[in-house]
Amino acid sequence: MKYIDEFRDGERARGLARALQTEARPDRQYRLMEFCGGHTHAVFRYGIPDLLPASIELIHGPGCPVCVLPIGRLDMAIRLVCDHPEVILASYGDMLRVPGSKRRSLLQARADGADVRMVYSVSDALALARANPERQVVFFGIGFETTTPPTALGILEAQRSGLDNFSVFCNHVLTPAAMKAILNVPPGAQAGETLEVDGFIGPSHVSVIIGSDAYSFCAGQYHKPVVIAGFEPLDVLQSILMLVRQLNEGRADIENQYTRAVTPGGNPKAQAAVAEVFSLRPTFEWRGLGDIPESALGISKAFQAYDAEQRFDMVYQSAAGTKGCECPAVLRGAKKPIDCKLFATTCTPESPLGSCMVSDEGACAAYFTYGRFRQEAEQRQAEQRAEHRAARAQATAYGEHG
Amino acid sequence: MNMKQADNSFQPGRRQARKLDLKNGRVELTHGAGGRAMADLIDLIFRRAFDNPLLNQGNDQAAFDVAAGRMVMSTDSFVISPLFFPGGNIGSLAVHGTVNDLAMAGAQPLYLSTGFILEEGLPLADLTRIVDAMAKAARDAGVQIITGDTKVVERGKGDGVFINTAGIGRVPAGINISGERARPGQKILVSGTIGDHGVAIMSLRKGLQFETALQSDCASLNGLVARMVDQAGSAIAVLRDPTRGGLAATLNEIADQSGVGIRLHEHSLPIRPEVRGACELLGLDPLNVANEGKLIAIVEARQADALLDTMRQHVNGHEAAIIGEVIDDPMHLVRMVTSIGGERVIDWLHGEQLPRIC
Repeated sequence: MKYIDEFRDGERARGLARALQTEARPDRQYRLMEFCGGHTHAVFRYGIPDLLPASIELIHGPGCPVCVLPIGRLDMAIRLVCDHPEVILASYGDMLRVPGSKRRSLLQARADGADVRMVYSVSDALALARANPERQVVFFGIGFETTTPPTALGILEAQRSGLDNFSVFCNHVLTPAAMKAILNVPPGAQAGETLEVDGFIGPSHVSVIIGSDAYSFCAGQYHKPVVIAGFEPLDVLQSILMLVRQLNEGRADIENQYTRAVTPGGNPKAQAAVAEVFSLRPTFEWRGLGDIPESALGISKAFQAYDAEQRFDMVYQSAAGTKGCECPAVLRGAKKPIDCKLFATTCTPESPLGSCMVSDEGACAAYFTYGRFRQEAEQRQAEQRAEHRAARAQATAYGEHG
Repeated sequence: MNMKQADNSFQPGRRQARKLDLKNGRVELTHGAGGRAMADLIDLIFRRAFDNPLLNQGNDQAAFDVAAGRMVMSTDSFVISPLFFPGGNIGSLAVHGTVNDLAMAGAQPLYLSTGFILEEGLPLADLTRIVDAMAKAARDAGVQIITGDTKVVERGKGDGVFINTAGIGRVPAGINISGERARPGQKILVSGTIGDHGVAIMSLRKGLQFETALQSDCASLNGLVARMVDQAGSAIAVLRDPTRGGLAATLNEIADQSGVGIRLHEHSLPIRPEVRGACELLGLDPLNVANEGKLIAIVEARQADALLDTMRQHVNGHEAAIIGEVIDDPMHLVRMVTSIGGERVIDWLHGEQLPRIC
């Protein structure tokens, strides 16, 4: 298939893998975070770890919209649709299965009689509002910069067409703020849980909107390289090679591997729509990352008529997660899914306890779906890495004597 | 099933059928009430289409002789929405489904029964199209529908029409095809492109509508199976049609049943560009998408190439391919060597396939 097969070519992949084997230095570690759940998904779907040398470790980031939404915000949506029988809650499908407080999900609320509908886009929600003028349609807006512009256009369209029974429960969040939070010592991190990231595989679709310049703080403030990568396997492999080269050369630049879609400035039309409709929230809670200042968008004053939080007096209450669930540490990149006691035992995609097991883009779901029983392989890799570290330490020790 | 009590089986009474408005009429509750209206419906729609001597015996059951040997029996219910789709409808599907279930034992299907649950308000024109498609599918597959039943439920209590079919077939002597017979070293073949049916149906679903020229692959496979059995006989260990859950579910079933592992090669999977395109767009995996006219064969390695040639000569197998092999694996996993040379596990589908949002 044109424009797809080129990016999945086995011969080229082997070429990149050979280059990585040659160029990745055995005397150091490369801890690279793929921020996006889409990349985590691609990494496992194509078996990319099998092609990497032991010195490269991929750390899975928090870029999964469903995963990072805190339980308290989900509880708000469940309360809204249960307390207001006039409300039709229109939500993306993944959100429906995430367990909130007391493990209650929107799907359960629906089974109990609440009107929750799965939609594929904000346009579907607008159509629902038009078709049900006697009801209140609330769109459950979640996601990073990729899904934010469509929500903005939905609100603008509602205003233009005088659609008064439509509003948005806005939970849109910002990628750069989350990257900063990861680079700062995360609040609530326990000893040994702090994370060392050497570089980022930058988001694809998010960067189409915000542009590659949006990550300049990584290089400037934190001296960490970022390579913006497409979602195809060759994109990911090439981006890893670009990061390895930067790290070998001691550089920390913002590079763009995904030039076929991403520009330095991003998409100005989308940015303008977002700026018109939304404003920065002073702070917002993220699952796993805690409260992060200026990390999320709310609906601005001029459009508050379409703000479901205003219309229905929705109140936020922070809520604790399921006991034993390591989603927070997994989202910070501090733990791997297989470090969680619940993984694949009580928490499975059929009955998820944590958000990372629900979404396709969640690290736990990717581990389970594409390599449920890969613990052995993981263990082997971890042992290799340990050996590799030991050999490095030994080499350093000899070096000191010599 | 209470055929006798309501006397609503397809076996004819001795009564002249009256005019039924097949163009504009709709199914009414009286069509299931056992009275004259029901008899009309059966005469004019079902018996006319399915017409055969066994059905026409006029008893509450069909009686027939069987040859000595191994018989197989299977049943399946069809609750598909939409009822009509490019390449078929619920009626043709109801025949193909059960015929294929029988054929996957290497059997030649002989007879089918069918039960209809009709929703009040279903246009009689739609019912006629469905029943005619069913009759044609049965004729094409060389099976007879020899007994049937119909019920009507109130509006809102069905989805237009639900159909059940059951069938029996005869297995040729010396053939032993079964899901627990996969052994390391055997090759895995698929009879053609995967995911066609699922994507054709999905393209019509509300909220997902997209344009495609794709047709469902819906077909009876007993003709293909007969040729395969003639050619490879006892070298065929397993046959199965990967319907709901797609190739992924079917191969996992076989791996569990036989206690083996399976390794696929992504580059050898036959997938139409339209199906790959739709799956890319929606974030679906073609391995999880349903098929209705494809089979998987697991066969001794030395026979694989010859069997592939035989399959490719048949109209239902001309895009057949060898896609992998059975391996030894205590964890009974299905794995796939990916296009870039990595490896991943192919798991069962969890929950409903949903398009990704990001």
